[in-house]
Amino acid sequence: MSAPLLTIEDVAVELPTPRGNLRAVDHVDLSLEAGRTLGIVGESGCGKTMLSRAVLQLLPKKAKLTGRVMFDGEDLVRLDAERLRHLRGRDLAVVFQDPMTSLNPVLTIGTQLMETIQEHLELDAPAARKRSIELLAAVGIPAPEQRLAQYPHQCSGGMRQRIAIAIALSCEPKLLIADEPTTALDVTIQAQILDLLAREQRRRHMAMIIITHDLGVVAGRADEVAVMYAGRVVERAPTQALFKRMHMPYTEALLAAIPKLETAPHTPLPAISGRPPDPTRPLKGCSFAPRCRYAAGRCHEAKPELKGAEMPGHLYACFHPIQMAEEVGA
Amino acid sequence: MMQLAVRDEPLLNVDNLVVEYGLGNKTVHAVSGVSLQVARGETLGLVGESGCGKSTLGRAVLQLRRAKSGRVLFDGEDLTAMEGEALRKMRRRVQLIFQDPIASLNPRRRIGDIVAEPLIIAGVKDATERKRRVHEVLGAVGLDPDLVAGRLPHEFSGGQCQRICIARSLVLNPEFIVCDEPVSALDVSIRAQILNLLEEMKARFGLTLLFIAHDLAVVKAVSDRVAVMYLGRLCEVGPSEQLFAKPAHPYTGLLLQAIPVPDPDVRPAESVATGEPPSPIAPPSGCRFRTRCPRADQRCSAEIPELREVAPGQFAACHYPLA
Repeated sequence: MSAPLLTIEDVAVELPTPRGNLRAVDHVDLSLEAGRTLGIVGESGCGKTMLSRAVLQLLPKKAKLTGRVMFDGEDLVRLDAERLRHLRGRDLAVVFQDPMTSLNPVLTIGTQLMETIQEHLELDAPAARKRSIELLAAVGIPAPEQRLAQYPHQCSGGMRQRIAIAIALSCEPKLLIADEPTTALDVTIQAQILDLLAREQRRRHMAMIIITHDLGVVAGRADEVAVMYAGRVVERAPTQALFKRMHMPYTEALLAAIPKLETAPHTPLPAISGRPPDPTRPLKGCSFAPRCRYAAGRCHEAKPELKGAEMPGHLYACFHPIQMAEEVGA
Repeated sequence: MMQLAVRDEPLLNVDNLVVEYGLGNKTVHAVSGVSLQVARGETLGLVGESGCGKSTLGRAVLQLRRAKSGRVLFDGEDLTAMEGEALRKMRRRVQLIFQDPIASLNPRRRIGDIVAEPLIIAGVKDATERKRRVHEVLGAVGLDPDLVAGRLPHEFSGGQCQRICIARSLVLNPEFIVCDEPVSALDVSIRAQILNLLEEMKARFGLTLLFIAHDLAVVKAVSDRVAVMYLGRLCEVGPSEQLFAKPAHPYTGLLLQAIPVPDPDVRPAESVATGEPPSPIAPPSGCRFRTRCPRADQRCSAEIPELREVAPGQFAACHYPLA
């Protein structure tokens, strides 16, 4: 196996708040190879966005980051600003949730695209313009030449997200981080954008991280999925294994709570009672224990480590895992 | 046209409703001739993408937005013809729950006062009676009245704020509630709690609901019948199970295909949707969906399709419905 493109080692992020330190990311380890897609799934406040910001080195100024983020042989945490600026936008690209706010409203689409291309690829203006048109065409924008002169407000939400993707792809990045790329979009547009990302990823052999709260978004599109809860990765597995035989009760509960199309109307949903713990008041035991139907004494006393299951590459953090081999046999 | 199997007087009968907004010298055709009925005790789900007019329709039912033409009959009385005191009296029987639970609570007022406000507006003068009602509804939505009544909205999570909004909507004992995307702003684990709560409240207080959402699975979970809206018009309406199992309108089919399924064995359909919805300022002639429809031909641009019964209780507005 080739060396991973990205390795996140023991990364923790703390943010000072008036109520005390908030541990947004609590010692996370992850890795990703070129050409692969990792889905990071979790609910609001689970730390998935902060983790991606740690990779991009775009954390709030007051945030305290520990650990290492090895990208293509370099530790991003220890790089100087100049080198980081060189990497971001070129080898490391990002697509944010809200295409309204991630584009500059007072610059034309052409200016925003060409700015990135000229900065990183050292092309002259005509060449950059030509490349911009190609990129817009590649992300499915009709009449790309006319679009270059337009402003973001003249485009729909779906178009804006396509433009944001074109900018992200403009320098052939090695890693693309898509942070809730379709949450602000309608369901028919969501399908188009996810298809576009998957197609461009295959074509360019990029590594991609899709961050989402929707297990449905990663199910057919990620090679591997990491489920986060209260700042930690609580389960991580190849996508098939995760959906077929999850070991972490939180993953099971999260999947069960989604309304399904095949369920008859008025069937009560298996809701998860309570809500996630206050991140400024970390629990001694497993963070999910207060909401978990399997929790017993030990779960409230100690934090379960992330450890390997019988399947290679399948990790879970639970004292009472479900669907283990012996249970399945019994 | 009556879409209900039961030919009783529906609690809500929306008849050929047209709502338009002015935009400079242009007109936004938000709702263009929608007719639908909701039977007493029924939940009608209303789905569609952003900008399709579903929220405008919900507001026009409550007369928060006045219709250009058409009628809204509630329990036999035309709300569009009502004004002033008569409308205020009628509004006690109809309530609204919004999408953003945090934004719909006044951040400077205590929960007890927020929930009591409708009672004050309705003229309930007895403070003990008001307190009793507030306690009753807060308890019903799963909050401890003694703990929450004195606190401010910022002390609560999104899910709890939605519980408070639901309590406020229940305090006047309404018959009908318009729920406008009540769970879209909530996390998956909290969403299920609130959907279950709405179902519970509906049974307990004998409510009739118009449930507006863009998520088809969410709508199916709570609705007896579902109406699908596209660019200001109804495409299809029918019993939930039937409509999801055998959609007749190509747009319903497309929406169903576009939903990401949380199962890795279900390969996502490769780009099912073509293009984006056109602007409601200049909607296409004929069938409004024709610009994205794989089945469209000349007839679709020339002739507006009427809602026709394609199966018992299922109506579709399409010249070429799916088999």
